[in-house]
Amino acid sequence: MSKILFSEDHEYIRIENGVGTVGVTDFAQKALGDVVYVELPKIGATLTKGGQAGVVESVKSASELYSPVTGEVVEINAALSGDPALVNTDPLGQAWFFKVKIANENELTGLKDEAAYNDYIKGL
Amino acid sequence: MPTPIQDLEQRSDFIRRHIGPSESDIAAMLRAVGATSLDDLTNKSVPASIREKSTPAIGEPMTEHDALALLESMAKQNKVYRSLIGAGYYDTITPNVILRNVLQNPGWYTAYTPYQPEISQGRLEAMINFQQVTMDLTGMPLANASMLDEATSAAEAMTLAKRVGTSTSNVFLVADDCHPQTIAVVETRARPLNIEVVVGKPADLIEKDGFAILLQYPGTSGAVVDYGALAAKAKSKNMAVAVATDLLALTLLKPPGEWGADIVFGSAQRFGVPLGYGGPHAAFFAAQDAYKRSIPGRIVGVSVDSKGKAAYRLALQTREQHIRREKATSNICTAQVLLANIAAFYAVYHGPEGLKTIATRTHRLAAIFAEGLRKLGFSSTNASFFDTVTVDTGSHAQEILDRAQAKEINLRDFGDGRIGVSFDERSTRDEVFRLWQVFSGKGALGFSVEALDAGVADAIPQSLKRTSEYLQHPTFHQYRSETEMLRYLRHLEQKDIALNRSMIALGSCTMKLNATAEMIPVTWPEFGSMHPFAPLDQAQGYKLMLKDLEAKLCTLTGFAAVTLQPNAGSQGEYSGLLVIRAYHESKGEQHRNICLIPSSAHGTNPATAVMAGMEVVITGCDENGNVDLNDLRAKATQHKDKLAALMVTYPSTHGVFEEEIREICQIIHDNGGQVYMDGANFNALVGLACPGKFGADVMHMNLHKTFCIPHGGGGPGMGPIGVAEHLAPFLPGHPLVGGVGGENAIGPVSAAPYGSASILPISWVYITLMGTEGLKRATQVAILNANYIAKKLEKHYVTLYKGKNGYVAHECILDTRPLKTSANISVDDIAKRLMDFGFHAPTMSFPVPGTLMIEPTESESKAELDRFIEALTVIRMEIAKVEKGEYPQGNNPLQLAPHTLSDLTADKWERPYSRHDGAFPASHLVGDKYWPPVNRIDHAAGDRNLICACPPIEAYSEAA
Repeated sequence: MSKILFSEDHEYIRIENGVGTVGVTDFAQKALGDVVYVELPKIGATLTKGGQAGVVESVKSASELYSPVTGEVVEINAALSGDPALVNTDPLGQAWFFKVKIANENELTGLKDEAAYNDYIKGL
Repeated sequence: MPTPIQDLEQRSDFIRRHIGPSESDIAAMLRAVGATSLDDLTNKSVPASIREKSTPAIGEPMTEHDALALLESMAKQNKVYRSLIGAGYYDTITPNVILRNVLQNPGWYTAYTPYQPEISQGRLEAMINFQQVTMDLTGMPLANASMLDEATSAAEAMTLAKRVGTSTSNVFLVADDCHPQTIAVVETRARPLNIEVVVGKPADLIEKDGFAILLQYPGTSGAVVDYGALAAKAKSKNMAVAVATDLLALTLLKPPGEWGADIVFGSAQRFGVPLGYGGPHAAFFAAQDAYKRSIPGRIVGVSVDSKGKAAYRLALQTREQHIRREKATSNICTAQVLLANIAAFYAVYHGPEGLKTIATRTHRLAAIFAEGLRKLGFSSTNASFFDTVTVDTGSHAQEILDRAQAKEINLRDFGDGRIGVSFDERSTRDEVFRLWQVFSGKGALGFSVEALDAGVADAIPQSLKRTSEYLQHPTFHQYRSETEMLRYLRHLEQKDIALNRSMIALGSCTMKLNATAEMIPVTWPEFGSMHPFAPLDQAQGYKLMLKDLEAKLCTLTGFAAVTLQPNAGSQGEYSGLLVIRAYHESKGEQHRNICLIPSSAHGTNPATAVMAGMEVVITGCDENGNVDLNDLRAKATQHKDKLAALMVTYPSTHGVFEEEIREICQIIHDNGGQVYMDGANFNALVGLACPGKFGADVMHMNLHKTFCIPHGGGGPGMGPIGVAEHLAPFLPGHPLVGGVGGENAIGPVSAAPYGSASILPISWVYITLMGTEGLKRATQVAILNANYIAKKLEKHYVTLYKGKNGYVAHECILDTRPLKTSANISVDDIAKRLMDFGFHAPTMSFPVPGTLMIEPTESESKAELDRFIEALTVIRMEIAKVEKGEYPQGNNPLQLAPHTLSDLTADKWERPYSRHDGAFPASHLVGDKYWPPVNRIDHAAGDRNLICACPPIEAYSEAA
């Protein structure tokens, strides 16, 4: 059974069997506008919680993607590099950025569940 | 009694021609804003704490005739010799059709950077032609739309290679056969980044470790060397290969892109751009595709408009400083668009065959000259060359140089017995003969150019002869008659909005009048035909003008010294921070490296600080947009042991005169830092207040804003800095020209000692024409015009920030964000709708996202301001109809703007407003309408699929 959590930097992480699938939220894609480019981490790279994991660029902005957890990158979404517009059309589905092997489950406690995240973005 | 004769002389006539509103208009506008006089408005808007008691004295105003006569008397003191010095600067012939219709044409030189692409298709096409010329001749897949000069391009190549490469080395290897000024600028730029520059022979360098190697092809000595094997070796060592080169040479030489280069750059000056004592010239910059997201400078790309029609735009802007700030790939913003366009038109005018003929003639004359020298007993030190022959004359150098001077010819003196001779487009058979006489000291030689011609072989090695085609696009073939060329230039020009059509009220850009009298001296041969490294005794006229301009700028800013070297505001910022670094170092405080920057700063500031090796600490702003004094004080105190500088814009980027500026400067000084003032908004201060007297230690002046140098469609610019006395010793020097910079000068920041010297007369003429009273009045009216717009539009739009008496400075920010909520109308929709009124949009989304920043300048008349106010008022009423649901979402004149002629003449018109209301939303448009040539451009499509070359050749046949 998978569960999904959200960071205050507007990344989501969907957790299944100790592996997190990371992308940006619908709120984030709306704020970015038309996404034209994504930069993904390298497979095997070790990410740290809150550290830079990639870049997402729209026509008018460039934003860092931060990793919501510490861990090793086990898979990246090559399809996203070829079609960055997926971030706008299906952020929580096809537009995942990378999968990370979660090193420390305790880090998840600092993230928000869907209801808490929705409350959070209402206040922005 | 008759009118006194003095009053009939009209000596201050230029002031009222530069300043838009008439005396009676000013009176009416003052009433509208609630002030009794210009001085009253000044008192109410400019803080008393910074105002000068008396206006800085520049002198009496002058008539255009008198000012030009005075300047001409200085110009005549320049001696224009034939300069065969080379070293990156080669004389050329600007085709007359280009000289008159581009370089001397306000339709081209008064335009702004093409950030609004729908109204900039003409120069975007010219810029993409420049990119195509660069790509074709260098053999590279990607090129940008110009850089400031060759030397700074070398520095950008260094940082690009470092950024993209995976090498862990910190060493940049530089061939000793690069131009000396290139090496010097690279060393200046490497130092704050802790990059080690190693200069040597390429064959030795390639054995060392480094992240990249810089070669020059042909070298500064003229030598043409096959670096193919060396490039391959570099690749095997994970080392990038950067190559400085020459576009004319590449019409004959195998291009660097075909022998392993990763980055290729150089000067495009010899493609029709006058020498100008060093500039302005465009540099070109090309790279392999892998570098495209990191390449510095602007790139023009192809996208489509909302109707699917191909259209040009600036691509990949997320690399740039205005978005990426301290993470930008470079701080470069202003480049050299006007000069790049001239170079591109030179290629259009001559076509590949014409360019090859010029190159071949240049090469043949050089080869014949070298053969003659051999007959005369000299040996050239380079057997292979394109245009430059370097001769070892042993102990005879001085007598040869003296004889050359007697014939009014400048040669390159290497100082070690070697003399360099660089041929160019202007070289003739007669010149070769005279050079033989110079070298031999004899009158009759017993041989002639014609006699040697047939027996002299080319001096380009077989392996380096170019075999690939170039400039195959129809653009470089179909405008060869002057009639076709003239119409092509006009065809492009009329697509664009420049200042000769309507006001361009871009906040922070100061798009004021570039008066014809100011522009005329630029193309005088005494200014235009001087080589930057000509002996100083030939440049006495320049010296007089430059010294006088420096003195005038010192008076207006309150600083002790000025350097004219920086080629843009960004370069001024960079120079200023390096000077501050050098000052701290001189006091043994080299550890000071923290640069405080308010969050409202222009993006160039943090980008520059990073390039200068500083660590950026952002300080906050309060709800009025002012620097948050508490936060500033806290951060200055927290970092007081490492505080290097504050970068602050005044008046602020929000268009407000902050009352506390003196205190802000004091806080920095108290904590051991220096104050760098960004002078982008100096147009609000000239004649009223002097930054050097209210706390700034350094400030750059954008001569292309405040002092009338035109924007050229995105350059040239000039960003000289003024400094307080304690910083004057560190002003930048130059390796080849004496008398430049302070006694402890930092290295050069530009290739040429005085930057773009040939456009400095523009600012000199402006200041001289206006005099003390005119400059002060211009500032006062600039403030009045901005306040008039804010006042007249207050019913419709909220002005975001104001000073303590409710006045703005010289610009105002209109808050359009509520309209996004109420009607889903964005600031883009408003910007595009303004095009239907014939207006260029104000600055969008800076410094506040979703807003418009308007800077009308003093040059716009009340009539033009009223038309602009009418446009924004009509737009607000249209938005009201969207709010009320009278216009549906997605089908209203705002979201469908701009309206093209083909929209209007289409058979179908399924919109809730008439064709007339779409195209002629104001009555004055009926008789004089600007038609945007394309519909709204799709930015995302262009960035997702980057194309930065001319459309493929097939597209032309499809269109035909």
